[in-house]
Amino acid sequence: MTDTTQKAAVEVIPAAPAPAPATRRTRLRRGVTPWLFLVAPLALLITFTYAPIVNMLAYSFTDWDGVSPVLHYTGTENYQEVFTRPDLFEVFWVSGYYLAASAVQIVLALYFATVLSFNVRFRNFFKGVLFFPYLINGVAIGFVFLYFFQDGGTLDSVLSLFGVHTDHAWLGTPASANTSLAGVSVWRYLGLNFVLFLGAIQSIPGELYEAAELDGAGRWHQFRYIIAPGIKPVLTLTVILSISGSLSVFEIPYIMTGGATGTETFVIQTVNLAFRFNKTGLASAAAVVLLLIILLVTWVQRRLVPDDKVDLV
Amino acid sequence: MTRRTLTRALVHLSLLAATVVVLLPLVVVLLTSLKSEKEMANTSGALDLPDDPLNFHNYVAAFQDGGMLSAFTNTGIILLVSVGGTVLIGSMTAYAIDRFTFRFKKLVVALFLTAALVPGVTTQVATFQIVNSLGMFDSLWAPIVLYMGTDIVSIYIFLQFVRSIPISLDESARLDGANAFTIYRKIIFPLLKPATATVVIVKGITVYNDFYIPFLYMPSEDLGVISTSLFRFKGPYAAHWEVISAGAVLVILPTLIVFLSLQRFIYNGFMRGATR
Repeated sequence: MTDTTQKAAVEVIPAAPAPAPATRRTRLRRGVTPWLFLVAPLALLITFTYAPIVNMLAYSFTDWDGVSPVLHYTGTENYQEVFTRPDLFEVFWVSGYYLAASAVQIVLALYFATVLSFNVRFRNFFKGVLFFPYLINGVAIGFVFLYFFQDGGTLDSVLSLFGVHTDHAWLGTPASANTSLAGVSVWRYLGLNFVLFLGAIQSIPGELYEAAELDGAGRWHQFRYIIAPGIKPVLTLTVILSISGSLSVFEIPYIMTGGATGTETFVIQTVNLAFRFNKTGLASAAAVVLLLIILLVTWVQRRLVPDDKVDLV
Repeated sequence: MTRRTLTRALVHLSLLAATVVVLLPLVVVLLTSLKSEKEMANTSGALDLPDDPLNFHNYVAAFQDGGMLSAFTNTGIILLVSVGGTVLIGSMTAYAIDRFTFRFKKLVVALFLTAALVPGVTTQVATFQIVNSLGMFDSLWAPIVLYMGTDIVSIYIFLQFVRSIPISLDESARLDGANAFTIYRKIIFPLLKPATATVVIVKGITVYNDFYIPFLYMPSEDLGVISTSLFRFKGPYAAHWEVISAGAVLVILPTLIVFLSLQRFIYNGFMRGATR
């Protein structure tokens, strides 16, 4: 597809369809037609997005085990438990590792996107290499890195090449395990941020750089005064996605450690509560808390950066 | 001038370092997948080359014992139906929302918009009960309807494109006696090809790689998709890293091929998908 269609897609605001002189019957038919197109999408949307939310709220005030036909209303007991039982609340600290990793990830992605938006030899190769991990299956990544972090595995072998002989069980202690897992998450998701930044940088008109260069601006100034402001919307979007992503980490720790040695995340805990310990009520309350936090983060972002791009009509 | 050369060298060095960091774990797994059980036992280092680079023994083992054939078949069926459904649903929704004015339109739009803010992982406990009560648990239908039903991003992508199609095309078709369905089928849908390609790529990769939904909804062994089948390697092959590695390579390979052949479209697709 060409760039022109893409631009047109953003800019063209369609005029309302001209009101045709309609008889009563055709008017009725026209009123029904859009619903014929919407009936399947809306049914799916309500069944699999809105009904669960409503149900989840209801479950969260009960002691339901997910199976039995009886469920008792327990008031806010589940919520009190989520916030007061230390072992339940602890999982939020694990998010801290992923949050820190996200910061590293954004900085690195920004650096590589900036560097590779200028002319560098083998540019396409580097682009491909940086992006590819994002496309790889999560389970495969989990196994690749389980092997990587093994005792005497790749990481130890590489380190010994540099004369560092560690006998370190990388996934052995909570701090080291969480750092390692967060590192895997950087490895996996850097490419997505990178590609988003790259796209945003490339949409900045090239003349700006030329003008800046004539004024004697170096690369750093070009970044500071042209690129950074130019990609602000994408940057804030990325920050939001990173925060909600850090709160809802599941795949990599579940596959690699199963949540052992202090690597249990919020979603792993919820899944275990609901499907292993049959505490559907408690799990629902936990999920409601997570949902509220994520909605809050999104709301704050919308406040800070009014996003004029998201307009459906 | 020397400073410039130094910066340039440093930039190249950083790119090279990144390349090593990305590729090293993957290359090591590839090497491991080609080693024999004996080589692994003699603990050749992780970085050592395999004795016989054409030893595909582990691949045969992984493919047959790991049930990869049925895994690829199941993934293929789910992929085909849910991606097709997503394209149909996304384009119909976009057409209805952009081309018609009707009562409750604002509400409908708000429903789709708000749903985009709700991450699927948070509602899974309750979604599970619904899927279960519909009798779809432990069948291929569960992932299929879930992938089709919750994809707001593709609706956005289609909407952007429907907007770019001039309304005069609809009007002239209507004058020729075409009804809304004919217009959608004969004019709008064919013109949405670029958007369809984007959605197929983005959605296809997401579905191929997803672990969470099949893991929760299809516990039966014969319903394994590639993610869950690979995950099951963890038990029986616990210490046989050469077989596990072969399994991982088998799963990664199709992605690599698709990526290399469609590179440009994939970048564009993800940029459009994420920034909407």
